[in-house]
Amino acid sequence: MRAMVYRGPYKVRVEEKAQPVVEHPNDAIVRVTMAAICGSDLHLYHGMMPDTRVGMTFGHEFIGVVEEVGSSVRNLVPGDRVMVPFNIFCGTCWFCARGLYANCHNVNPNATAVGGIYGYSHTCGGYDGAQAEYVRVPFADVGPTVIPEWMDDEDAVLLTDALSTGYFGAQLGDIVEGDVVVVFGAGPVGLFAAKAAWLMGAGRVIVVDHLEYRLVKARAFAHAETVNFTECDDVVVHMKKTTDFLGADVAIDAVGAEADGNFTQHVTAAKLKLQGGSPVALNWAIDSVRKGGTISVVGAYGPMFSAVKFGDAMNKGLTLRMNQCHVKRQWPRLFEHIRNGYLKPSDIVTHHIPLEHIAEGYHMFSAKLDGCIKPLIVPNAA
Amino acid sequence: MTYTSDKPPLAESTDQLRARIPGWGADLDPKDRPSVPKLRWQEDRTGAHWDFPDRQPEKWPRERSIEHKFLPPVFGTSCPPKGVSGVIRRFAYRKYSEGRAAHWLLLLAADRVDAWESHLRSFLTARPDNPITETGVLSEFSRHGFSSRIGQKRSDVKHQVLDPVIVAGPWVLAVAITVTLARKLTHRS
Ligand SMILES: NC(=O)c1ccc[n+]([C@@H]2O[C@H](COP(=O)([O-])OP(=O)(O)OC[C@H]3O[C@@H](n4cnc5c(N)ncnc54)[C@H](O)[C@@H]3O)[C@@H](O)[C@H]2O)c1
Ligand SMILES: [Zn+2]
Ligand SMILES: [Zn+2]
Repeated sequence: MRAMVYRGPYKVRVEEKAQPVVEHPNDAIVRVTMAAICGSDLHLYHGMMPDTRVGMTFGHEFIGVVEEVGSSVRNLVPGDRVMVPFNIFCGTCWFCARGLYANCHNVNPNATAVGGIYGYSHTCGGYDGAQAEYVRVPFADVGPTVIPEWMDDEDAVLLTDALSTGYFGAQLGDIVEGDVVVVFGAGPVGLFAAKAAWLMGAGRVIVVDHLEYRLVKARAFAHAETVNFTECDDVVVHMKKTTDFLGADVAIDAVGAEADGNFTQHVTAAKLKLQGGSPVALNWAIDSVRKGGTISVVGAYGPMFSAVKFGDAMNKGLTLRMNQCHVKRQWPRLFEHIRNGYLKPSDIVTHHIPLEHIAEGYHMFSAKLDGCIKPLIVPNAA
Repeated sequence: MTYTSDKPPLAESTDQLRARIPGWGADLDPKDRPSVPKLRWQEDRTGAHWDFPDRQPEKWPRERSIEHKFLPPVFGTSCPPKGVSGVIRRFAYRKYSEGRAAHWLLLLAADRVDAWESHLRSFLTARPDNPITETGVLSEFSRHGFSSRIGQKRSDVKHQVLDPVIVAGPWVLAVAITVTLARKLTHRS
């Protein structure tokens, strides 16, 4: 089959690879019909995530058709059109039993601090991902769901990561009616978090980024106020001024490890790999929020230490909440919101790229060219 | 006002927000939020029909964190460790827990070694690594590299110039060293 393959930092190509096989009785093999490139893939692409091996196939946001099932699979049959959460999870460990699917303990030998994720380095379990024609889907009875008749494919694919994560991020903010919510990052996750903040009753939603074209989207798609941080001397002071010096009630970090805005932080993290991530947006969040406020972190950081302003968080009595998203737990409610017309996730899709051109796709998304917000990958066999 | 007890007023009333934003307040009640509270017993086990899953066969000694009691029942089988990078990786897993910086720094070092090993190995194949096609840099032309950056207030342009250095730098260095060494050797003989 054809599959995207990592060749080292900033380098990927499409190769002929052996088709995945059933390795466990509850596996399914899924023929991928649509996959996405996620902001998280950029951390791998830039060589920031420890134990990212040359030869791995990335891709954790995808839908497809069941091709084959293992002997113990009961809930799926070949031919089913499925959406697959980016989490690989067993359903019955201590964590899964309590709904923490992202923190499953039965799927990742390489690390106990991380769950299992498709195509996301060995630190997340060493599974090949879905930017390919076929993918192995473990625990087929647990993760995948048949795509409802009425749902668009592009909405389904975004439900497998970006939309669910943004919505989850807003929940971690514990928003109450009238809260001022500031969202750092106007990528797919930030845009969806901003949108979800309204569902939870925010009184004001402010989105911060430096890419003007994404802020335009934040105003139109997420009905938010926007701040281009390159236009403020000091984004923290700006946030204080705009909230009558109280600070925001809730801040959401939808940026993660490669945050810009501070050259030293960015270069030490993203280029030199001397810290787990560049916590520029996280530090801005800590300083922009009011005392006693809440920070929600859905931006991803590497497992190493990062230079976070912990003292301010402590002195301000902040609540810090964070996790990878438990994707499937969000679905029933998100399905309703899509049906009711409150959410139209596919509105943020900007590019459709054939699998064969994935190297250009990665470069474009990484360098933020051509107004790119969300690129979808379409395999040849789709 | 912040220096007194009232909250600064909002520009829009609840009614105005409801009128302007589709779905405003649909999840006002925390009971409607699927991830609240954080720990919630999942009665249906999300479709699982086991207490502990079947074990996937271990086809080669699978490296694992020493913070695990045993090899978890299911795991990825992409890219088994090989070469010098494989030796470093196995050592990092065997020796250091996830709590130690050495664990992660060794794994990152192994990643760099892996890239070098793989590039060199690729030169022995019919498909050597091609930095032009693999970096996708030609999309600079087809995807408006110039106008996407110039005249924008982008903060990432400052460090994007480092990317080609990161990708090409080590190669330039390697070639320079080889040439220098070769010159010295030929000079001597
Ligand atoms: N928790 C999860 O389950 C989960 C799931 C998906 C993605 N993620 C993470 O969420 C983050 C965002 O993902 P995405 O797909 O939207 O990525 P993205 O790269 O498209 O978006 C990130 C945005 O942040 C902006 N940005 C950079 N520095 C900033 C700063 N200091 N302040 C404000 N904005 C800044 C960038 O310009 C960009 O628009 C990534 O770190 C990704 O790994 C987490
Ligand atoms: Zn993702
Ligand atoms: Zn589990």
